[in-house]
Amino acid sequence: MNDTYINIKNKISNANTWQEKYREIMLLGKTLPQLSNELKIDSALVDGCESKVWLHLEFKIGLQENTLFINANSDTRIVKGLLCIIINLYSDLTPSEILSINPEKEFEDMSLLKHLSPSRGNGIKAILSVIHNKATAQK
Amino acid sequence: MCNIDILRHDFPILNKIVNDQPLIYLDSGATSQKPQCVIDSLNHFYTNSNSNVHRGIHTLGDQATTSYENTREKVAQFINAVPKEIVWTKGATESLNILAYGLSQSLKPRDIILISALEHHANIVPWQQVCAQTGAILKVIPLDETLQKITLSETFKLIDIYKPKIISLSHASNALGNIQPVKEIIEYSKKYQSITIIDGAQAFMHLRPDMKNLDCDFYVFSAHKALGPTGLGCLYGKYEVLNTLPVYQTGGEMIKTVSFEETIFSEAPSKFEAGTPNIAGVIAFGSAIDYLDKINFNAQLIYEKALFLSLRNQLENISGIKLYGDLDQNIGTISFNYKNEHPFDIATLLDQYGIAVRVGNHCTQPLMSSLNIEGTVRVSLAFYNTKTEIEVFIKHLKQCLSLLD
Ligand SMILES: Cc1ncc(COP(=O)(O)O)c(C=O)c1O
Repeated sequence: MNDTYINIKNKISNANTWQEKYREIMLLGKTLPQLSNELKIDSALVDGCESKVWLHLEFKIGLQENTLFINANSDTRIVKGLLCIIINLYSDLTPSEILSINPEKEFEDMSLLKHLSPSRGNGIKAILSVIHNKATAQK
Repeated sequence: MCNIDILRHDFPILNKIVNDQPLIYLDSGATSQKPQCVIDSLNHFYTNSNSNVHRGIHTLGDQATTSYENTREKVAQFINAVPKEIVWTKGATESLNILAYGLSQSLKPRDIILISALEHHANIVPWQQVCAQTGAILKVIPLDETLQKITLSETFKLIDIYKPKIISLSHASNALGNIQPVKEIIEYSKKYQSITIIDGAQAFMHLRPDMKNLDCDFYVFSAHKALGPTGLGCLYGKYEVLNTLPVYQTGGEMIKTVSFEETIFSEAPSKFEAGTPNIAGVIAFGSAIDYLDKINFNAQLIYEKALFLSLRNQLENISGIKLYGDLDQNIGTISFNYKNEHPFDIATLLDQYGIAVRVGNHCTQPLMSSLNIEGTVRVSLAFYNTKTEIEVFIKHLKQCLSLLD
């Protein structure tokens, strides 16, 4: 895992109150680059989201193995922040590295596990399975 | 009304701690909470008298049938109808589907079905299906954008133009809380003998509709939004109209005689109740009706109105908040947005304070489109909420909004 991700994880895990935790998440969300309108297409929408999430995944050709490039955004601040965490967790990883990650454990370490429940309607769980499926298919 | 603090003790869930905070449940429009007597009633049925209804002559079966049919009587009394006009269904949605199917049999191409802009998908989609099959046409009474409600003048004008075969309207809007002027519309539509259907899913518990007074042909509602269990609803129909409606499900329980050549159906309501019904649910709903009966209706209305006004005033005082809907004739449901913030963020933060609200389009996408929004935060009250809860909600809402600013 890269340093940026470790930093993010530490910040969120160390937040003293939930207010602080969510403030961190929303600040992270603000750092997410805007998606151009051509990328905000319905076919990129993740199903099962009360909020809108556009997700583009691509494996870039690497020297030995291909690595993941993620372009994603959402119309809500909290999901933006969660996306930012996911992007930093998975970007530039090879399929086998991706599959070795246990996202439940990562979210649990940050006390964000409840955001993975399907009824939250934020689609985070769906996003993670799209990433893992894509990695499986690449292998 | 009886002392609300005492009455709240009847709802065990209201003492729950959620995210380390006392639960503040402001989502009764989605489903109401249940008093202990309803929970006990379910438990008691399965513990002491579980058996099938209308079958066998053993003691338990007899007891079950008696309590089951007693509830039909209670509901009939509650809405000022007679028991044979009450059909058990699995909810308002199924009731509307039974009506859409049954009435579609006598529709012709170009017949008009009139609904309002404030309908739940359950009162839109079945009619669209009917239109696709019969060639009938769905027309919509629009929302007056300034008044945030439908107006009688526009409605009467459309009724005169379209002479609708069917008019199907929500008594109260789930998304905005508007109480719609259904009595006047029902009265007016007699001019063209339109069949009138009222979706009372939201209104039933707040307004206690009187069928003789409303004089609609059909009225539908769900038990779970009125203190009862999930999986149960009602279809009220004026008997002559109800009994001529074709059935849409067939099987056991609903027949008089069956041979391999031909089947003769029973009369309503049994002909609409094919198969083993939700016996426990019906009996527990009987307890819910008993419970409501003990609450003075006038006192409930006054109390709910005061709660609503307190909520409305405090929300109106927060700058950046925009309220939607009819804020005078309202069942105690307020939809709002804050600046350009997404309702999802607001509700996620409120949840951290143990506050349950609903966000999204509330199964009313066409209404959201006419308001030019994608969704709202919706607060929906019930008589078991308190002014203190509203104050705590407002305090925490302000804290959430400042996190977003
Ligand atoms: C106005 C209205 N009509 C119909 C329904 C559907 O009720 P149910 O899902 O209980 O069948 C609802 C539920 O939210 C509603 O609010």
